[in-house]
Amino acid sequence: MNVIVCIKQVPAKIKIEIDPKTSALASGGVDRAINPPDLYALEEGIRIKEKTKGKVTVLTVGPAKADESLKEAIGYGADDAVLLSDPAFEGSDTWATSLVLAKAIRKIGQFDLVLCGKQSIDGETGQVGPMLGEALGVPFVSLVNRIDELGQESIKMMRMSDEGHQLIEMTLPGVITVVKEINVPRIPSLRGLMAAKKAAITVWNARELGIDPATVGMAGSPTRVSRVFFPQRASQGEMLQGDPESQVEQLVERLRQTRAI
Amino acid sequence: MEYFLSEQQKTLKSLARQIAEQRILPVRAELDEKEEFPWDLIKEMASSDLLRVFIPEEYDGLGGGCFDLCLVVEELSRACGGIAISYAANALGVLPLMLYGSDSQKAKYLPAVASGNRLAAFAVTEATAGSDASAIRTSAKRDGDQYVLNGTKQFITNGGEAEIYTVVVMTDAAKGSRGASALVVEKGTPGFTFGKKEKKMGIRSSATRELVFRDCRVPAENLISREGMGFIVAMRTLDRSRPGVGAQAVGIAQGALEAAVEYAQQRVQFGHPISAIQAVQHMLANMATELEAARALVYATARTIDAGAKSFTEESAMAKLFASDMAMRVTTDAVQILAGAGYMRDYPVEKMMRDAKITQIYEGTNQVIRSAIALEVLKRKAKLE
Repeated sequence: MNVIVCIKQVPAKIKIEIDPKTSALASGGVDRAINPPDLYALEEGIRIKEKTKGKVTVLTVGPAKADESLKEAIGYGADDAVLLSDPAFEGSDTWATSLVLAKAIRKIGQFDLVLCGKQSIDGETGQVGPMLGEALGVPFVSLVNRIDELGQESIKMMRMSDEGHQLIEMTLPGVITVVKEINVPRIPSLRGLMAAKKAAITVWNARELGIDPATVGMAGSPTRVSRVFFPQRASQGEMLQGDPESQVEQLVERLRQTRAI
Repeated sequence: MEYFLSEQQKTLKSLARQIAEQRILPVRAELDEKEEFPWDLIKEMASSDLLRVFIPEEYDGLGGGCFDLCLVVEELSRACGGIAISYAANALGVLPLMLYGSDSQKAKYLPAVASGNRLAAFAVTEATAGSDASAIRTSAKRDGDQYVLNGTKQFITNGGEAEIYTVVVMTDAAKGSRGASALVVEKGTPGFTFGKKEKKMGIRSSATRELVFRDCRVPAENLISREGMGFIVAMRTLDRSRPGVGAQAVGIAQGALEAAVEYAQQRVQFGHPISAIQAVQHMLANMATELEAARALVYATARTIDAGAKSFTEESAMAKLFASDMAMRVTTDAVQILAGAGYMRDYPVEKMMRDAKITQIYEGTNQVIRSAIALEVLKRKAKLE
């Protein structure tokens, strides 16, 4: 079974700053790592490969130094990795990013399942997975927390939703995003990591992917981030006055009003 | 501080840290409370190649030296000294084989340890013998092509869990320490059983147990080096392993310092975090300074050993002595900074203080270690080469 895992390289540290001029994350000098939710997709992909004797190819859209994260993915057990990198991709929103990923997957050709993390810890949109399904014209299921059966033609799985769990069957090829409940990612081996450091990472640019630069990057992105800011603290505490008995009465009244009880 | 680690050492350190933070931190308190041997964690370390680190490449290892081992032990100890010692005692257990074993002994045992299929342990201490190896009572009498072992070893780390035991026994009691020999005894050998499992102050997730030998027959080919070499084997083994105890102490102290700093910056008294109080600041400054000095000494010693130095008894003893005394002070001060909270088991520092204590005791009490250092200093008349 041919599995493709899409990952993103994100700042490794939680404390990040926003560039006030561009409203983008100031990423200069920050250590970077594989987006943690993507590690669950990678682990699931590697498990499928081990079970089906298949192949895992990892893709990422990013700058040249994103190849470090691809090497790390190989250290975990991926077979192959392709960096999708071109100055034209800079400033791509989730739509344009999905388009680049879809073109790369079409270029690879043979695939059964595409796995993505549920969302990135920097952008937090959770849109690339579903948009990728759309761009590829294949079925898509989000927030998968368990794969029950994986056949040649279809996959049966459980999906988390606000109301509970859904059991879903989807035809293959298709795209899924996974949640952290799906597995416990392995810790890579030292030999695997050292070998991966020497792995050659293929790079595909816009021309090699047959992408018109006008359809990606800032030019091809229908959404614009107009402003990014730290939110004002919206909730405020309220101190109830009076003796304990009247405070309890007020509290009960307030809880009733808000239908908490 | 820049310690100029190689690319592989950086990867090794970050891998050990990943295991410590993702796997050890969540379970360390529970394993300490239940006094449970961390088999799941040992298996995880094995699958990530950490058990290969110190084994030579020709025996499926990664050929790392004393320094590589210290880097791993330090990172593991930063999260849990108990789990770290289970790892380090395994290395200690195979050191006699790595230093003095025959090619066939190495080929038989080292690959199994490298893969993590079998753990090892080293056994010297008895009820009447510890620092004084000449007082060992466990005997091994030659009978044809076998040795017959009788006696009891005490306080053996990894006892019961390990499969391969390197045991120092008396083959000729009349000769004192020159009558000692080292032998490999495998778990499951008839006549070899395990006695009391100790209940300890600290490093409680590690296994510490008696080894009981009753007419236990071991093939003569299990003799490490020659008869009468047991004391030398033990001393050279400890020379090489003591920086590991230093690294364990450095790791425990690092964990304690981090916990103390985090707490001092959060705990507000008199309207300010207590980290704004000079008395607390000076404690933190002393802790950080002593810790870094100890780390530098441990690393320098490990590198001296890896560079092929002929004798390093003194350096190795110093690294263990200085780092373990430092760890005791730093963990005690960490408890003091966390104060009431620090004394409670809900916070990790009381465990670190309990774990630190053993580093002043095992692989030679710091008193006998000082005697060994003094002996070397007197011998070289304090002169530098």
